[in-house]
Amino acid sequence: MPKIEIDEKTCKSCGLCIEACPKKCIAFSKEVNKLGLPWAEFVKPQDCIGCGFCYQMCPDVCIEVYK
Amino acid sequence: MKKIFSRPESLTNAPFSYCPGCGHGIAHRLVAESIDELGIRERTIGVAPVGCAVFAYNYFNLDMTEAPHGRPPAAATGIKRTNPDKIVFAYQGDGDIAAIGMSEIVHAANRGENITVIFINNANYGMTGGQMAPTTLLGQVTQTTPFGRDPKREGYPIKVCELLSSLEAPVYLERVAIYDPKQVLNAKRAIKKAFANQVENKGFSLVEIISNCPVDWGMTVMDSIKWVKDVFIKTFPLGIIKDKTR
Amino acid sequence: MKELIKGNIALCNGALDAGLNGYFGYPITPQNEVPEYLSRRMVELGRTFIQAESEIAAANMVLGACATGKKAMTSSSSPGISLKQEAISYLAAQELPAVIANVQRGGPGLGNIAGSQADYFQAVKGGGHGDYKIIVLSPNSVQEMYDFSYEAFGLAQKYRTPVLILADGIIGQMMEPAEFNKPKIDPNTPISADWALTGAKGRPPRSIKSLLMKDGALYEHNLELQKKYKTIAQNEIRCEKFLAEDAEIILVAFGIASRIAKGAVKLARACGIKAGLLRPQTLWPFPTEIISSFAKSGVTFLSVELNAGQMVEDVKLAVNGKCEVDFLGKPGGVLLSEQEILNRLQEIAKRG
Repeated sequence: MPKIEIDEKTCKSCGLCIEACPKKCIAFSKEVNKLGLPWAEFVKPQDCIGCGFCYQMCPDVCIEVYK
Repeated sequence: MKKIFSRPESLTNAPFSYCPGCGHGIAHRLVAESIDELGIRERTIGVAPVGCAVFAYNYFNLDMTEAPHGRPPAAATGIKRTNPDKIVFAYQGDGDIAAIGMSEIVHAANRGENITVIFINNANYGMTGGQMAPTTLLGQVTQTTPFGRDPKREGYPIKVCELLSSLEAPVYLERVAIYDPKQVLNAKRAIKKAFANQVENKGFSLVEIISNCPVDWGMTVMDSIKWVKDVFIKTFPLGIIKDKTR
Repeated sequence: MKELIKGNIALCNGALDAGLNGYFGYPITPQNEVPEYLSRRMVELGRTFIQAESEIAAANMVLGACATGKKAMTSSSSPGISLKQEAISYLAAQELPAVIANVQRGGPGLGNIAGSQADYFQAVKGGGHGDYKIIVLSPNSVQEMYDFSYEAFGLAQKYRTPVLILADGIIGQMMEPAEFNKPKIDPNTPISADWALTGAKGRPPRSIKSLLMKDGALYEHNLELQKKYKTIAQNEIRCEKFLAEDAEIILVAFGIASRIAKGAVKLARACGIKAGLLRPQTLWPFPTEIISSFAKSGVTFLSVELNAGQMVEDVKLAVNGKCEVDFLGKPGGVLLSEQEILNRLQEIAKRG
């Protein structure tokens, strides 16, 4: 099953990955990181198709995609 | 399970200092991936501009120098001509390339320097806080066009690719965007080609990336993406402006 | 064997023998022989020559080439040198070993094309922004155009600093016999500098920058630069002395003015006036201590310059009130004659 890993420490909460995910697998976290921002959280791993759209849109290169 | 997408080797581990949602990060990654895929990292020398991307030397995992505002094409010329075996790229913003450095880019292109230029067009001066750029759209409000850019006062947005396309020497000029995954993948193709052209000694290549600057535009990230798609690229149409390699 | 040759060509030969990899220039009188001659020679030798779109671009091409450890040079004349000041500040900040030649003409503004020495302040006080110094060599003959041009590259590399050759239209244009006798350095000598951008192969990446935003980083960088300038000032001062030991009137002159001053010293000696000459060959670092060592009661200094009075300020600082300092000069590209200088020497001698 494909999966993604998001580095919550460097995520700046821009939301571009959330917008890009065709399966709506990513959502903002309830808590905040050291930057004081809710990070992008991989909330629906079962739906991930490993398309990498989140990686393509992440301006901080903090997502890794496995397939 | 295999890692299929991760940080390219040509980027350092330093987190970008760019604002949330800023297009520079995607552009940096696409440049780094292209360099990785062409296997040229160890012989690439980059030139950072003055502007937000001045810190590029912290983010690219390769040899980098800084040039005065607008002068990267001249510095890149000096590097490439005295080191023809190296791959040389200049990374510039719209103020750098189309205002203070207009002369340098036009003449580097006109000499057909075998270099690669990555040009980030985000329609304003980002680092200094959002003043008018040569590429600011008509009517666009910036810190120095509080009533919107008026062509009677400030002239019209400069289209760098079209302007350079009137020259004989440049081999490849393309304008791309990065507002959705499809556009990003297309931008990657263009950037990689611009580097491949240099590897193959084809000559001067420039890729203009229409980018977003949410903070200085006073927009949310999503609104800035929408503005690029609905407004920005109407003035700056995407596509290949010139390709002599075909 | 000596050759009868123009100063500007001798300057080129010095750079060529020093292993010049790239020349980047722009036409301006009275230095045009430099780009013209090198446009042929550099190509014949398989090296880089570019006629740039502006003096600004030329200086930044030098910046790029120097960042890779290559030997690069640009030349111009006064108004063009003003345009290069932006890059010179960056070159100093980024510690790049660039060589720049200024074959001065009359100023300010577009001025005229006659030889002049009005760019002294710009050269030695830091023509661009920020706290920096560059080595300034002052040739007064065609031979020294060759020698100093050659040596400029060694100094630039040794200290990682820009070096300026401050010549003028007369030395650039005049012909004299000169000998090109220095060992020829191979321009393809591998780059060993541990800072040069040669591609990050088998080592961490290098960056050459001048923007230092981290707290205290720019302060530290400035202290390092100042330390380097102090070392240069300790090691590299050059000053020619001519009949200065017993002199009661000591002329101080550089470049072409020093040739006229030397003639005047000889005339004065023939009239029984004890005149002598100190000729700074490095304008920065300035021979402050040498001048100071001659400053004592009963001695008068006379700074002779082809400008409205610039180096005289540094002479006064060196003398520091220990005796009188007088000035004789002409701005606007007009020459002084030996006789004019002699007249002033006679006045000073009469004044006692």
